[in-house]
Amino acid sequence: MSFEDWYRQDRLPHIFCAGCGNGTIINCTLAAVDQMAWKKEETVFVSGIGCSSRAPGYILTDSLHTTHGRAIAFATGVKLANPDLNVVVFTGDGDLAAIGGNHFIHGCRRNIDITVICMNNQIYGMTGGQGSPTTPLGCLSTTTPYGCAETPFDLCELAIAAGANYVSRWTSYHVKELEKAVHAGLQTPGFSFIEALVQCPTAFGRRNKFKQVSDQVDYLRTHTMLKAKRERMIEQGERIPLDMFVVGELVRRNRPVMGGKP
Amino acid sequence: MTRTEFWQGNTACAEGALAAGCRFFGGYPITPSTEVAEHMAVKLPKRNGVFIQMEDEIAGIASVIGASWTGARAMTATSGPGFSLMMENIGYAAMTETPCVIVNVQRGGPSTGQPTMGAQGDMMQCRFGSHGDYSVIALCPASVQEMYDLTAKAFNLADKYRVPVFLMADEIVGHMREKIIIPDSIMNVPRRELIKGVLPFKPDNDLVPGFPQFGKGYGVHVTGLTHDERGYPCATNPKLHETLVMRLVEKIESARHGIADYDILNPGAEQVFIAYGAPVRTVQQLMHDHPDKNIGFLRLRTVWPFAEQALNKFKNVRRFLVPEMNLGQIAREIERHVKVPVMPLPKLGGDLHTPAELFAALEAQS
Repeated sequence: MSFEDWYRQDRLPHIFCAGCGNGTIINCTLAAVDQMAWKKEETVFVSGIGCSSRAPGYILTDSLHTTHGRAIAFATGVKLANPDLNVVVFTGDGDLAAIGGNHFIHGCRRNIDITVICMNNQIYGMTGGQGSPTTPLGCLSTTTPYGCAETPFDLCELAIAAGANYVSRWTSYHVKELEKAVHAGLQTPGFSFIEALVQCPTAFGRRNKFKQVSDQVDYLRTHTMLKAKRERMIEQGERIPLDMFVVGELVRRNRPVMGGKP
Repeated sequence: MTRTEFWQGNTACAEGALAAGCRFFGGYPITPSTEVAEHMAVKLPKRNGVFIQMEDEIAGIASVIGASWTGARAMTATSGPGFSLMMENIGYAAMTETPCVIVNVQRGGPSTGQPTMGAQGDMMQCRFGSHGDYSVIALCPASVQEMYDLTAKAFNLADKYRVPVFLMADEIVGHMREKIIIPDSIMNVPRRELIKGVLPFKPDNDLVPGFPQFGKGYGVHVTGLTHDERGYPCATNPKLHETLVMRLVEKIESARHGIADYDILNPGAEQVFIAYGAPVRTVQQLMHDHPDKNIGFLRLRTVWPFAEQALNKFKNVRRFLVPEMNLGQIAREIERHVKVPVMPLPKLGGDLHTPAELFAALEAQS
């Protein structure tokens, strides 16, 4: 089996724009799922609303494409009612951190045994490019036409503070690392959160001086810093640039789990 | 062997759900419905079921819908403010044809209103509260016995029609304590499974598709987007959307005779009361006190879909009198179906109508 065997071929072509990073994240996730040797009939993908949330519709398993922001709450019901099912949530930054922020932190607190993959494109893509809770300061969007004046969320810090058992962050540039991180998340009992920064050429890139898709992917490459390097720099008293994203495995721990396999 | 208990309405509701095989409760505490959740929190874990207190009512109904897709009979219980929060996901349940039971122990509104006082102000909200066109089923208990019986019945209706079913109780019925007879068993009709190979949203003759339970290998995609019979999103085809929405409405409306549950007393009467929920009790008292008055009574247990056929049974009726603990929400529905005058008898504030008030209305010239 390969990740390709998990796709619902009769739904293709997909709706994602040319140059979108979401496909990379879905591929990495399905490759990791495939490594788990899970059966399709034992696996459920759940999502909310937004570009990222269309992912379950392209996967052959049972899938629940729910309301905006509520995917984790729906997934909680699925997992608790049948703990034998493997439950994976696809979400985006708006879905997870704005309208769904409450469900996100409570999912982490409960440490419910699901894996949440957040495709963070730092913008509302499907509605045409409005600012989100992760839009960086100063960035342009249709609702922040003079530059975003709000400080963005660090989704991983949020998940760690709220109690998730596994947290890591990578980007659509870091394909191999991301696949391994998702695999580690799927293996870790409890709430696993993997944030994947993705390029959105249509809604984010073209308003923020990324002329080519590759420019934005290159930005993700050059503006990420391994957790170990960051810690070393802090130890040595060096300044960490503000626009740097920490990547790597940020937390793996063993808090009590809810909804684990019997 | 049946047994007799002396229970509170909310306890009877929870016990009715358990008797119906409810295995999942997801909810959030709210007066005056909290006792339903508390009772389920005690009982469900002992019966291999799941009780979870979610972070809000939105998550409560979301978890119920998720649980229902694994095949579990699932419910939540709430009151006005929580009911308002649930509306988007109730529409999702209607669109995705997810069986679920939602108990609303109604209190005075709008807004925070009167948390500890009874009302029937959410009768139109339960019918039309979520956006778009759809149909639902709503039952109204008027006694502790009916809190039990109708909750159990709600699960069968939810599974049969694959629709959210509301138990529209009120604070009075939810908190009253009275005698209840527990049957030794109740009839549970399981959800009809989807036949393998049939498209997951292809309806049977009754317009209801078979249920493709998660974890059984159906590989079904469930979405709140307008979808075709494969379950695939197809949101820009006008004909397909119309066909889907019409089916969601017709599967309930065309079954209204079967779903209808009402009693008719004195069908030859000229003056006929119509009531549901707590005001039923006042009408019963009035009829008991004035046996000579030939008072007609249509007593509704199913409010939605509305049993308009029952109105035709009163051949000599000159007017209908409709006591409700709202400003005439169902009186307006009745008015749509009849030619004789309909007299709303609204009452707000939390007190039941007194028999004297109803008697005065009966005597007043229309």
